[in-house]
Amino acid sequence: MHDRGGWPTDARIDRTEHDLADWEILMDAIVGTLGQRSVMNVDELRRGIESMPPAEYEAASYYGRWLFAVETVLAEKSILAPGELDARVEP
Amino acid sequence: MRIADRRHDGHHRTPGYLKGRHGTIARVHETFTNPETRAYGDDGQPRVRLYLVEFDQRELWPDRPESSDHLYADVFEHWLEPAS
Repeated sequence: MHDRGGWPTDARIDRTEHDLADWEILMDAIVGTLGQRSVMNVDELRRGIESMPPAEYEAASYYGRWLFAVETVLAEKSILAPGELDARVEP
Repeated sequence: MRIADRRHDGHHRTPGYLKGRHGTIARVHETFTNPETRAYGDDGQPRVRLYLVEFDQRELWPDRPESSDHLYADVFEHWLEPAS
């Protein structure tokens, strides 16, 4: 999903706030650390977000998109094996 | 000046709704590493100049009601063209 801004819509903008969940704060910290250690930069993050299939992009939350991008880019760099995160999620 | 109406396959920071539209330079920023190559793991060299560009809302959204508002966007130099 690339160049999403400026699309016409009649839908109301959802301005509701929510408290950040622990995983969202962790996601922010992970992206910050990956940047500081020159593993992954913010432009790679944005490009990773843009590579999301449109339906998945629209359904995902802000940090859900970050998670998708980090997993995508780290897999490209062979830092994560394909499916490695899923395999480590406890049932 | 005018924003280049150019297709670019791959990551770039120039919004589609600005392409081909006329604006004026409001401020000259510093140079920055190029996000179009950094997005693929490159170091983004050579650095490129960034400009703050001012657009009339009527130039961008001609179908919308009359407005004297302006929209400001940061645009890299290689996306700028002479106005005519």
